[in-house]
Amino acid sequence: MFENWIKAGAVALAITGAGSAQATEEFIVMQSTTSTQNSGLLDHILPAFTAESGIEVRVVAVGTGQAIKNAMNGDGDVLLVHAKAAEEKFVAEGWGVQRFDVMYNDFVLVGPAADPAGIKGGEDVVAAMSMIATAGVPFASRGDDSGTHKAELSHWKSAGVDVAAASGGWYRETGSGMGATLNLAAGMGAYALTDRATWIAFANKGDLEIMVEGDTRLFNQYGVILVNPEKHHGVKAEAGQRFIDWLIGSDGQAAIASYTLDGEQLFFPNAN
Amino acid sequence: MQNFAHEMQVAFALILAGDSELLGIVALSLRVSLFAVLFAALIGMPLGAALAVGRFPGRRALAVLVNALMGLPPVVVGLLVYLMLSRSGPLGVLQLLYTPTAMIIAQVVLVTPIIAALTRQVIEMLDAEYAEQMRSLGLSRLATVPVLLWDGRVALLTALLAGFGRAIAEVGAVIIVGGNINHVTRVMTTTIALETSKGNLALALALGTVLIAIAVTVNAMVSLLGQRAEAQEDVRHA
Amino acid sequence: MRDFCGGQGVLIEATGLRLVRGDKLLLDIAHLRLGGPGPTVILGPNGAGKSLLLRCLHGLIRADAGQVCQDGLPLNKAQRMRQAMVFQRPVLLRRSVAANLDFVLRRQGLSRPARRERTAELLATGGLSGRERQWARSLSGGEAQRLAILRALATEPDVLFLDEPTSALDPGATQAIEALVMRASAHGVRIVMVTHDIGQARRLARDVVVMIGGQVAEHGDAARVLDQSTHGTVRRFLAGDLIF
Repeated sequence: MFENWIKAGAVALAITGAGSAQATEEFIVMQSTTSTQNSGLLDHILPAFTAESGIEVRVVAVGTGQAIKNAMNGDGDVLLVHAKAAEEKFVAEGWGVQRFDVMYNDFVLVGPAADPAGIKGGEDVVAAMSMIATAGVPFASRGDDSGTHKAELSHWKSAGVDVAAASGGWYRETGSGMGATLNLAAGMGAYALTDRATWIAFANKGDLEIMVEGDTRLFNQYGVILVNPEKHHGVKAEAGQRFIDWLIGSDGQAAIASYTLDGEQLFFPNAN
Repeated sequence: MQNFAHEMQVAFALILAGDSELLGIVALSLRVSLFAVLFAALIGMPLGAALAVGRFPGRRALAVLVNALMGLPPVVVGLLVYLMLSRSGPLGVLQLLYTPTAMIIAQVVLVTPIIAALTRQVIEMLDAEYAEQMRSLGLSRLATVPVLLWDGRVALLTALLAGFGRAIAEVGAVIIVGGNINHVTRVMTTTIALETSKGNLALALALGTVLIAIAVTVNAMVSLLGQRAEAQEDVRHA
Repeated sequence: MRDFCGGQGVLIEATGLRLVRGDKLLLDIAHLRLGGPGPTVILGPNGAGKSLLLRCLHGLIRADAGQVCQDGLPLNKAQRMRQAMVFQRPVLLRRSVAANLDFVLRRQGLSRPARRERTAELLATGGLSGRERQWARSLSGGEAQRLAILRALATEPDVLFLDEPTSALDPGATQAIEALVMRASAHGVRIVMVTHDIGQARRLARDVVVMIGGQVAEHGDAARVLDQSTHGTVRRFLAGDLIF
């Protein structure tokens, strides 16, 4: 009987092994954010690059903070994130070669249709967030050191709100990705700051709606950086640079501009 | 919140259609976890047997440690394996991070203590019964071990299935060391996490259903084997 | 070393055997000589040390003091391999009936056909013919004990120790076991059997050892010990009194 099990196991292994055999083509690892992946942008643009170059881009999608740390450990060849200050520090400290602007999207402040803080239709994000704090109504924060989280914190600072004091009260830090945070906001009727791309692609909105948009302070710049091969010898500098050149070149920029969801363009290329 | 019944409908439609993306993910999950259990068994069974029949200093402490490691949080294991395999880690040159191999390694770390602890339990119980008889027949302690392993085969298979259940359902470790890369390291649990974060509850639920089906199958096998083993046990003591 | 045990023609001999656990002296055998053709039956109340003595003689337990000799030599591995033991509760492998016998036959280096032939032979002896493929642990209590005895006999021992082999069995099963034991004895296997069934001692024994409180109270010809003992406690035990 035992022998039969072993045989069955061997057969199962052979099947699963054959079913998922990987092509041994060249690839690079890109540390990026959940917003680029969850919005579907990368699925849209990467096949074009792979078709042209033969290089597969393997995406590890985590928060900007974690993506940068992973890249500092050398666990990636290219970094595509959205936290300009942190990116510039990354390059200044020698972890990255050079930073290039790639594209921007924008953040939107979303909240329950009932709008208990009364901020709907406003165009001043700082004023709106200060009203949320005054009303003491639930706000769901990423709380994960991501680009979105960093942007959100800067608005609280401008509004003069000490969210650390409110943590656990009306200010809820999920410590999770954008999607998990939106799931939570939808579930408990909380306000949240999200990038528009994730928002549009997000399928479980519940009764959440956009409250505030269009403020220039809500613009969200993405940058791409080649991880410094002098810090980590395993970095595939040539293939990585080739991808960056493509991304900020005319083909890549056009591919970004052509991505729409529900008829809306999500990312706006702005490489120099 | 979307309509739950509708989500379930979409989920089953995906499963029944045999969506190739879905099948690839399921296949990778099975491949990673089966290999993990195989390697964990190769380490855990001899270790468990040694803990059961061996007489060496520190045996008790080691047994306690192995029992404690059964409850290792997957995320911690993921982090440890990540730190080992990271390019800046001691094993970075192997370039295993973000590969199925890395996921297998993490799951081996998770599953080995389970298999070792259960093996120890099975072998210890069997040894209590067999020891005198084996000694009477002139077998050394070492020579007894294969006999115990073979005669404990049904219970040991249960231990393997328990290990497989833990491996296939685990997400915390594989998402860190695998990176959840599409078509490379994306398995059922990490896809469920991803699709949930995208609000795609249908696909998440479809995969969850497959996962539950596998879990139920595994448990049914465990319980069937258990019944069979009991039926084979001394009828005269019934 | 050779001289230590002395005696010519003595099969098994224990001298100065002491077994201590905590502050209790469990076994205290000044001298016991099991010679002659047997069968020897060891009798005694519960806790008298019968099973411990058997295990010491078989080398399963090392005594704290004293020595066990077989044919004039201190018990060693080669001699132990010429002994076999059957336990109160038979320890059968979780395999088929045939596989249980094959387990020991294989260790004797027999070829596959020879093993098969010997298996059939042994099973016929024990009244288990045709049961080769049955799961050993699904046998009835009496059948299981018979298989355990057959497996012990398959090692072709000079000495067979039996530790209360029939204590959990009904009269019919007991009779079958006794027949098997007597048959082995007739074929020259030296039988040393522990029981607390005085009737069984009467039926089987040529010589009887009565143990009381870890000591050999009396050892001698079965008829004499069972019917004409001069030892007060032994007489009371044999008469059915409760001895503590």
